[in-house]
Amino acid sequence: MTAVPIALESRPDRVPDGTAAADLLAAPLAELRAAVDRATAADVDRALAHGRPGIREFAALLSPTAATRLEELAQRARRASLARFGATVRLFSPLYLSNECVSTCTYCGFSAGNRIARRTLSVDEVRAEAEELHRRGFRHILLVAGEHARIVHKSYLVDCVGAVAPLFAQVGMEVQVWDTDTYRRLAAAGCDGVVVYQEVYDPATYGQVHLKGKKRNYAWRLAAPDRAAEAGMRRLGIGALLGLTPDWRSEAIAVAAHASALMHRWWRCEVSVSLPRLRPAAGGFQPDHPVDDASLVQLLCALRITLPDVGISLSTREPAPLRDGLVPLGVTSMSAGSHTEPGGYASTSDAEPQFEISDTRSPAEVAAALRAAGFEPVWKDWQRA
Amino acid sequence: MQPDDLVIAGRSFRSRLFLGTGKFPSNDHLRAAIGTSGTEMVTVALRRIDPSGAGDILDAIPEPVLLLTNTSGAMDAGEAVRLARLARAAGLPEWIKLEITPDPRYLLPDPVETLAAAEQLCAEGFTVLPYCPADPVLCKRLEEAGCATVMPLGSWIGSNQGLRTRGALEIIVEQARVPVVVDAGIGAPSHAAEAMELGAAAVLVNTAIGTAADPAAMAAAFKLAVEAGRQGHLAGLAVAGAAASASSPLTGFLS
Repeated sequence: MTAVPIALESRPDRVPDGTAAADLLAAPLAELRAAVDRATAADVDRALAHGRPGIREFAALLSPTAATRLEELAQRARRASLARFGATVRLFSPLYLSNECVSTCTYCGFSAGNRIARRTLSVDEVRAEAEELHRRGFRHILLVAGEHARIVHKSYLVDCVGAVAPLFAQVGMEVQVWDTDTYRRLAAAGCDGVVVYQEVYDPATYGQVHLKGKKRNYAWRLAAPDRAAEAGMRRLGIGALLGLTPDWRSEAIAVAAHASALMHRWWRCEVSVSLPRLRPAAGGFQPDHPVDDASLVQLLCALRITLPDVGISLSTREPAPLRDGLVPLGVTSMSAGSHTEPGGYASTSDAEPQFEISDTRSPAEVAAALRAAGFEPVWKDWQRA
Repeated sequence: MQPDDLVIAGRSFRSRLFLGTGKFPSNDHLRAAIGTSGTEMVTVALRRIDPSGAGDILDAIPEPVLLLTNTSGAMDAGEAVRLARLARAAGLPEWIKLEITPDPRYLLPDPVETLAAAEQLCAEGFTVLPYCPADPVLCKRLEEAGCATVMPLGSWIGSNQGLRTRGALEIIVEQARVPVVVDAGIGAPSHAAEAMELGAAAVLVNTAIGTAADPAAMAAAFKLAVEAGRQGHLAGLAVAGAAASASSPLTGFLS
C-alpha cells in the first residue's frame, strides 16, 4: 500500500499501537500481493494440501494459477466448512434505521449529495419493524444507518438497541464508527456485534471515493473494530466493497490479513468477513471494476480454506442462484427478505434504499432453499447470559 | 438396572454413547441419528433452543432421551452460571454440560473459569458434567467440587483427530472416582472404541456423526464401536509388547 495524505477531521490520523489495525499496516501486504502473481502450480498444490494454511497459502490460492482450478478449491473449501460449521447457515436480517448521511461516498445511495427521500425511524417505529422481523422468524438482527451524528446520534442508537434487544438473541450494528466509550454504551444496551467495512483498503482509492465527511479518516475507521472489541463487543465483522479498485486480489489480501490480525489480537471475539460486490445505487453509481462470479468464488474458497474459523456472510446483493451455489463453499450466515431502506417490514416505505437487492426471496423461501440443498437454516444461535 | 449400566448422579444409562446435536443438516437427520445410536443422553446448546420458533431443535429429541443442556458460548464462569439458571427457569432438566470456551476458534475449555462455575453450579443443586482439558489434576478438582462426571477432551472440538491426549486420559481414568466421559475430537468409530478400551465410562460424539454423509448410519457404527470397546475393556485387554510371546511357554517343563 502506498500512503497518501487523508484530510484529518477531529480524530487521530494514525492507528494506535497494540491494535489489529497496526498489525495490518505492518504486514507485508505488497510482498504477499507479488506472491499471488508468482504462484506456481506447485505452490497451489502445497496450499491445497497444507494442514494449517496461512496467509502465504492464501496468496497461492488467490493466484491466477489457482483460478484455473476452482473446482479443487471448492471441494477443499466445502470440506473445511462442513468440518467447522456443519451443514448449517445462520439467518439474520438487516433493519435500516435511517438513510440520513453527511458523508459523500461515490458508491452509496445514501451519499449526502444524492437527492433522495430521507427518513429516520422513531424508536417506536424501530420496535414495530423489529417485531415484524421476529414474527418472520429472525432472532439475529443487524441495525444499519447512514452517518449523521446529529440525527443518528449516540443516544438514539442506544435507545434503538434497547428497544430491540429483548426480542433478539443477537443484535449487531453497522453504523458510523465510534469511540470506545460509545461502543461500551451500545454493548451495555444489548448490542454484541459491530460490523465495519473498511470499504476499500487501498488508501489512495479510499481517498478518491470518500469525498467529504469524517469517513475520510482512514486510520480512525481501520481501528474501529479494535475499539469495539476493547469495549466488549463479541462479534466483529469486516469487509471490503468489491468493485471499487481494479485489483480485487490486493483487497482480498488486506481483508484476510485484517481478519487474521483481529483473531490474534482479540482472541475471544468471533470475526466474520463479508464479500459485498457493489451494486448500482442512487446517484447513478455503477461499479467501475465489477468482480465476476468466478473471482468471487475463488476469493470465498481461499478465505474458507485459509481461515476455517472465520464467519462468512452473504447478503441479498447477490442473485438467488449464485447465493444458493455459494452456500456449500463456506457461507455461514445469510440475510433474507431484506429491505435496505428505513422501514419496509412492518409498513411500506418510500425512503430510498442503500442499494438494490438482487435476491428478493422471502425468509421462508430462502430457508426452504437451504433445506432443499441439505442445509439446516438456523434462526437462533445465541443466548444472552 | 443391568449389571453394566452406567450410573451418573443416580441415573442409569444402558448406552455409553452420548450425542451432540450441532452441525446436523436437518432435524430429521438428527432424529434418525438419535434413533440408530441408541443414545439415552443428548446435549443441546441453550443458544439453539427457541420454543417460540418454528422447527425448534428440541422437537427432534424423543421423550425418553435425557436432555443435557450445554452452556456453549459462555466465556467465563459468570456467563455459564447465568445460562444454567436460564435453562432451569425455562423448565429444562437440571443436568448441565458446562462449557466455557473463550476462544471461538479452537473452542478449548478455560480450566480456571470451568472450575469456578462448577463449584457454583454444584452448590446450587445442578448436576454438572464439565467439558474440560485433559488435565488429571483439574479433573480431580472438578470431582471434589461435586461434578457428576468429568469430560476431558480427546482433541479439540470438531477436529476428528482422535485421542491425542491419550496419555493424560489414562491417568484421568485411573484416578477418577466419577465417570470419565471422553468428549471432543472423536472422529471415527475406532476412536470411540479406543476410548472405551482404555476405560472411559462413555464418549460424547457430535461432528463425526453430524457431518457424516449418512449421519444415521454413522451413529449406528458408533453404537457398535462403543459397545465393542466397552466389552474389550471388561474382558481385559492383552498387553501389547515389543517382542513376540510364545504360546507354548519355554519354562513349561518346570510344572
